[in-house]
Amino acid sequence: MTSVSDPPSGSFQFSQLIYDTRYRSLTFQLIALLLLIAAFSWLGYNLVNNLRAAGLNFSYGFLGEPANYDINQRLIEYTSQSTHWRASVVGVLNTLLVAVLGCITATVIGVVVGVLRLSNNWLVSKLMAVYVEIFRNVPVLIWILVIMAIFVAVLPQPRDFRGDDATASMVWGSFAFTGRGFYAPLPIFGPGGWIVVAVFIASIIGIFGLKRYATKKLYAEGRVIKTLWPSVGLFFVPTLLVFFLLGRPISLEYPALAGFNFQGGIFMRNSLISLWFALSIYTAAFIAENVRAGILAVSKGQTEAAASLGLRPGRIMNLVVLPQALRVIVPPLISQYLNLTKNSSLAIAVGYMDLTGTLGGITLNQTGRAIESVLLLMTFYLAISLAISAIMNAYNNAVRMRER
Amino acid sequence: MSDTHAHAVAYVRDTMLPQQPPPASEAGAVKWMRENLFSGWFNTILTLVAVYIIFRLLSGSLPWFLGGIWNADSLATCREVLDGATGGCFAVLTERWNQLLFGVAYPNDQYWRPTLAFVLLLVAVAPVLYPKAPRKMLIFTGLYPFVGFWLIWGGTIFAPLVGLLGFVVGYLLFKQVERQSFAGGAALAVVGALVTWWAGGFLVGAAEGVIALEPVPSRDLGGFMLNLILGTVCISLSLPIGILLALGRQSDLPIVKWICVVFIEFIRGVPLITLLFVANVVLAYFLPPGTNFDLVLRVIIMITMFASAYIAEVIRGGLAALPRGQYEAADSLGLDYGQSMRLIILPQALKISIPGIVNVAVGLFKDTTLVSVISMFDMVGMIRGPILASTEWNGVYWELWSFAILLFFVVCYSISQYSQWLERQLQRDHR
Amino acid sequence: MKKSVLLGTLAVAALSAGAAAAATLDDVKARGKLNCGVTTGLVGFAAPDANGNWDGFDVGVCRAVAAAVLGDPMAVEFVPTTGKTRFTALASGEIDMLARNTTWTFSRDVDLKFEFVGVNYYDGQGFMVPKELGVSSAKELDGATVCIQTGTTTELNLADFFRINNISYEPVPIETNAEAQPLYLEGACDVYTTDASGLAATRAAFEDPSAHIILPEIISKEPLGPLVRHGDSEWGDVVRWTLNALIAAEEYGVTSANVEELSAGTDNPEINRLLGSAGNLGEMMGLEADWAKKAIMAGGNYGELFAKNIGESTPIGLARGLNAQWTDGGLLYSPPFR
Repeated sequence: MTSVSDPPSGSFQFSQLIYDTRYRSLTFQLIALLLLIAAFSWLGYNLVNNLRAAGLNFSYGFLGEPANYDINQRLIEYTSQSTHWRASVVGVLNTLLVAVLGCITATVIGVVVGVLRLSNNWLVSKLMAVYVEIFRNVPVLIWILVIMAIFVAVLPQPRDFRGDDATASMVWGSFAFTGRGFYAPLPIFGPGGWIVVAVFIASIIGIFGLKRYATKKLYAEGRVIKTLWPSVGLFFVPTLLVFFLLGRPISLEYPALAGFNFQGGIFMRNSLISLWFALSIYTAAFIAENVRAGILAVSKGQTEAAASLGLRPGRIMNLVVLPQALRVIVPPLISQYLNLTKNSSLAIAVGYMDLTGTLGGITLNQTGRAIESVLLLMTFYLAISLAISAIMNAYNNAVRMRER
Repeated sequence: MSDTHAHAVAYVRDTMLPQQPPPASEAGAVKWMRENLFSGWFNTILTLVAVYIIFRLLSGSLPWFLGGIWNADSLATCREVLDGATGGCFAVLTERWNQLLFGVAYPNDQYWRPTLAFVLLLVAVAPVLYPKAPRKMLIFTGLYPFVGFWLIWGGTIFAPLVGLLGFVVGYLLFKQVERQSFAGGAALAVVGALVTWWAGGFLVGAAEGVIALEPVPSRDLGGFMLNLILGTVCISLSLPIGILLALGRQSDLPIVKWICVVFIEFIRGVPLITLLFVANVVLAYFLPPGTNFDLVLRVIIMITMFASAYIAEVIRGGLAALPRGQYEAADSLGLDYGQSMRLIILPQALKISIPGIVNVAVGLFKDTTLVSVISMFDMVGMIRGPILASTEWNGVYWELWSFAILLFFVVCYSISQYSQWLERQLQRDHR
Repeated sequence: MKKSVLLGTLAVAALSAGAAAAATLDDVKARGKLNCGVTTGLVGFAAPDANGNWDGFDVGVCRAVAAAVLGDPMAVEFVPTTGKTRFTALASGEIDMLARNTTWTFSRDVDLKFEFVGVNYYDGQGFMVPKELGVSSAKELDGATVCIQTGTTTELNLADFFRINNISYEPVPIETNAEAQPLYLEGACDVYTTDASGLAATRAAFEDPSAHIILPEIISKEPLGPLVRHGDSEWGDVVRWTLNALIAAEEYGVTSANVEELSAGTDNPEINRLLGSAGNLGEMMGLEADWAKKAIMAGGNYGELFAKNIGESTPIGLARGLNAQWTDGGLLYSPPFR
């Protein structure tokens, strides 16, 4: 191939567009751009033609019309008279709800399993390996469906709680685990109830402050401050003190069987729980592998060096191994969060009304606005994904800065 | 030892004592258990908990499995036979195995075709997966797509033959011109292949029914077969596209790079299910009026796009992991972009990326079950739809889902074991 | 690998693209198969059996159309659709007609641009509850958990019904009928609601159907019928008059048993025109003269189809009710064949 270092004098020739490296990249890019424009205009032309032929139009007007259907799981006020847009927002919030819950539990389970898999207890590590392999190698859709089926089939239904010969009863008189979902007592805030909450939050902040202070002391003066018992004390004492001083301003509303269902209390629907649980244990299997890889990636020399400095095992883990392992664990962890969020769109299989269930499901069906709904649906998911990616990049940059 | 010492000692044993067995607690199973199961109170608790969990799992599932009924024509008869005893109604599997594996509509007397295609698939991928397999088998691998297509879809043998011929013509043309210009050769090859297919289309139209298997329309595919077909086809197609996307994303040309980045990030940002909705409800609006792809083809297109974005990211990782020196060495040899990629960079980058690609493949294979959401009767769709809806088998969940879990587990676990084996092989190669 | 699959199918698709632009009737004839959209599985209406053969009331309509157009009742390709996918499948031309207990509504007809060619089953939305709940009216369902199949008119009717009667409920949306059954049977919902015919079909598949009752309230009008795309009236006529032929055949006493004999000619001119022994009705539609005869032979007249698939002698056990001939006080009334 020609590789020209000196620009040839004389007139410009068309062959230069291909053979001259200075112009070739321009040519290629121009071709690519033209192809792209051609492809898009072809698609757009077809779309316009097809819509005209079918007598349809492209409009998001339907978002402002009443949705006319009910949603059982909602975090904000919604009735069947609300608009399709509001139904979509309910869906987005439900998606986020199950995603956040799922990420938290998946992380907890994943870390525990990943650590246990490295345990020198043969039985436990094999058991964990079996768990990881089984859950990693079977589609999450199957797990969602199976867990929903187990949930509905195994747990007692409200009707089993009814009557004198009830086959099921509530736990401690306040929790009911039914095939329709879990019922728990709902705290009712009387006057001054919020003060208790505020005190509780303040003491949590206080515990973190204490931890930070201890770390700072440790690094600055080498003094070890015990934080465990002060933390426990800080956690319970001020809140309980205020609670009783104010005359128990928070009471509990217990769920009770009334009519067809339990009424009152907090209700978590079976579809939410089974989706949440299925996504958690499926993703946890992947996270466990990441955690294991992360811990293994910290070379044994690090542990040994720390031990030779006289650190105790707990401190070795906290101060030497974990900070290094986290750098390996977190990036794939966040992409697992991303996967979990995207997998939550399978909610439709168990009737959890997430974004795919409202906007991409009933709204799409009832209005017949397929293109508009699917486009909007993709935009929502894209926004969520990009937000998570942005966090991932920010974290990666932060970690890279600390590298020495 | 000196002599003086010897005198000072009253008695010196001059024979070796026979070796004593180690203490019972330090040998054999006991030692192993002590070290691996009961070293410390925490481990002991863990072990006991684990034993309890295993016991519960086995005591729950074993009687159910062993007491299973394999011969009944409906759930009701099965329950009669069981008569209250614990046991699964595995009869649903013996009754409906054909639907679970091949779907509702595939002609019953033609089941040998997909089965043969599956066996041949194993033969065809062997040389790709195991570098030690005879190289000659690669020829069969090249022919397999056409054989597999003919076996599964049927119709006249000329259709796959013309398809093959197109590739042969393209390859020959490419070889002719390659010396002068790589890009020119590639362009000519594409044109040659298209002309061959266009001309061959008439031949195929005319030769309908000649040396033909019973044609099976794609929508009649179903069951586990559909999962396997979607998985294999989409992964195979997405590999070349993924490589191109990865190269595009690494490229210096801003517009090309920008297009690839947007495509990859878009596809990776949305769930597969929305892309399937596109295939199902939207795609038809973007094609010329009257074009009528069947659903399977539309789904293949969307899943391929999906997979290629992920594969592109894996390969990009491989490209980035190559030492800078390799690129510079290729440049200093005076190779142009195409040559350096083809001869130096890609072979190495692909080799590093293989484990990642296999992971994507496993993930994609699992994701093919999502097509059940858009009313295709794949394995999961069969279970959720026709089988559970039928009067005979309405209510048989555990047996069906266990079967599905088993099948997917076997396939995915073997692939991921293969990937780990390969990873170890590759590691050894580097040292 | 497998590139040929794509390219081969693309080539085929490109070849068929030319044909698809023509009218649906020619398209079906050229293809030799009718693509008929049905449900993914509702016993009695459309469900595949163990051998993969589709069977049911809606399936009977598809087979009759195939027999009328192609002369072969088996020349049907059944495309299973869900509540969500059915309309796009029809709009995109993937199927030629949809016979999936679909309710004829204004907006589907006008806004979604479909053409309902008639009604093959007059239905209404009902409720099914376990007997042990002791409920006798839908108005007593305050606070109940209700399973609904999504993507149908059902959920809109339901929302309206409960809002108007000012009672609360918990909707549980379900994708398919098959998935609603375990939820309902295990008690995850108190009530299952869908079209009354679907309820009967679902109940028939239960282990103990007598433990469940269908409440007397019918909260909506659900005329179910086959539909085709807007804008292809010739094809719409074919499907419409095939359905009418089945209905008329019952009215005139033409059955699959005696159609052969009657088609030789009778002294009833209406039957003669219907069966093609007089007049040229088939030719007007672009079909053979004996199209209706073939359609009737495919599975019998309307009454036979009904009795065989969903009638009182089947497990589903639906009474004719509104779906009796107008002469028997029902709503079935075929326009004259003239």
